[in-house]
Amino acid sequence: MHLVLDPLQYGYFLRALAASALVGTVCAVVGTYVVLRGVAFIGDAIAHAGFPGIVAAYLLGLPLYLGATVAAVGTALAIGVVTRRAGIRQDTAIGVLFAGTFALGVFLFSTISGYVADLFSFLFGQVLAISPTDLLALSALGLGVIAVVALLWKELLYATFDPLGAAASGIQVDRLELLFLALVGVTIVVSLQAVGIILVVAMLVTPAATAQVVTVRFTRLMLSAALFGVASAVVGLYASYWLDVASGATIVLVQTLWFTVTLLLGPRGLLARRRGRVSGGALSEEDEEDEATLATAAIG
Amino acid sequence: MHQHEHDLLNPVHAHAHADVWLSDVSAGYGHRTALRHVSVAVEPGSLLAVVGPNGAGKSTLLKLMAGLARPWTGRIEVLGQPAGREARRVAYVPQAELVDWAFPVTVEDVVTMGRFPRLGPVRRPGADDRRAVRVALEQVDMIRHLHTQIGRLSGGQRRRVFLARALAAEPDLFLLDEPVTGIDARTQELLMDILEAQAARGKTVVATTHDLACAAQRFQQVLAINRTVVAYGPSNLVLDTGVLARAYGGHLLVLEGSTVVLDDAHHHDEAAPGERHFHEGEPR
Repeated sequence: MHLVLDPLQYGYFLRALAASALVGTVCAVVGTYVVLRGVAFIGDAIAHAGFPGIVAAYLLGLPLYLGATVAAVGTALAIGVVTRRAGIRQDTAIGVLFAGTFALGVFLFSTISGYVADLFSFLFGQVLAISPTDLLALSALGLGVIAVVALLWKELLYATFDPLGAAASGIQVDRLELLFLALVGVTIVVSLQAVGIILVVAMLVTPAATAQVVTVRFTRLMLSAALFGVASAVVGLYASYWLDVASGATIVLVQTLWFTVTLLLGPRGLLARRRGRVSGGALSEEDEEDEATLATAAIG
Repeated sequence: MHQHEHDLLNPVHAHAHADVWLSDVSAGYGHRTALRHVSVAVEPGSLLAVVGPNGAGKSTLLKLMAGLARPWTGRIEVLGQPAGREARRVAYVPQAELVDWAFPVTVEDVVTMGRFPRLGPVRRPGADDRRAVRVALEQVDMIRHLHTQIGRLSGGQRRRVFLARALAAEPDLFLLDEPVTGIDARTQELLMDILEAQAARGKTVVATTHDLACAAQRFQQVLAINRTVVAYGPSNLVLDTGVLARAYGGHLLVLEGSTVVLDDAHHHDEAAPGERHFHEGEPR
């Protein structure tokens, strides 16, 4: 019996592995912006909003992913528009939409008689059950998200860092915001089969949050997040296979454990701060000249 | 009202020549009025300080010029077009409080952002852009800190980096929100020398400031506002105690031969809804 090679003889495990790696990458790329913008709550809301879409699609006999995409992206755009137009605080608007859409999903779900395994797998994730067609569709969507981010990385970066400066210099910050929310929506749809609605926010936030403890350079942050995302998805998948436990929850637990260890022991982690090697919130890797800067930099 | 002050209140009518032109502009957030009936014309090559107490509408005025906020009523033209239209020729630098200093970017990254608008989508910064970034950083004497994360810089260094970003954009109009607040005298001299040189080259500079001494000594023109225009003209005429008393109301203390303004430079009450403010040491 071989710990790593054994499961690879099964087609379903290979597909699950590919799907997990894909989800780990796409979530990390989009999640980097989610974490830097401080909009984790939006990710959670959009994920929950996908549920009524899935149930409605099931009731109408349509592809479940179509329902999820329409509902998730629709809610993402609704959050963007309501926040800007109605003068309601963003977290309030999200709180209302979050609970309301999920309630609609549960309501519709309760009209179905009997147990529907398909729909449950969207709540908690069942990556081992992914079909070849699903994997193909999700890969196309995921690569699409990465392509859009690759094309617009500098505009997204500027708008995330300094929305006022970016908008004043002619970057379409409002449109980018809507596009970004739509990307979050698609990313969540891509991730649903792997980790499910309830845990998907962890895929978005945890790898990028872990990377934040390790580096203060944007590109390195995104690459490390992708590395953490893929690695924890693969480790989690193997663990769930051998322990015969839920894959989505295991992947998220691996991520959380990784984050906790990094937070405690990492170069910018809590213990490093304790020892007084890190001041403020930010440490650069180019430390030779920076130590000198730090000595003179005290005022905010 | 003295005759010369009255003249200063009149907008220049030949607005075709103005780089920034506001006609009877009122604006605010929600139901709160920030500015009423503001008419101003700023000539090309001006070095203009916008002064006034907290909540006077200085930041709002700058945002209107930058096209970041729309007026309720009135007209705004910037570089001959409605505000926001000529955005690539405008560089706006926000208040330091509106910048997330823990953001994972270096000095080089921030200044390179000044080049993004002229690149347009998809295209990546090239050799020309890297050169412009270096030139701008040399001008503000920050080239040594190219790879430093911005959170590790002092207050003065941070303002210098943001000015470098504006310089790298090679704009025709600089809009700077509190560029000299919270910085040392040497940095203030350096920044003002650079802005003066830009104005001498025909670029227009509009900066809000709490520093009346700096406004009087280093700016050619001063616009004193308190929700509306109190005075506008050459700095030596505007910054007399009579005008300041009207601009600052009860917050002005006139001592023999000198003027003291009781105003808190770090207090900001003009935050637009949805704006995030960042403070040192805040967990994120």
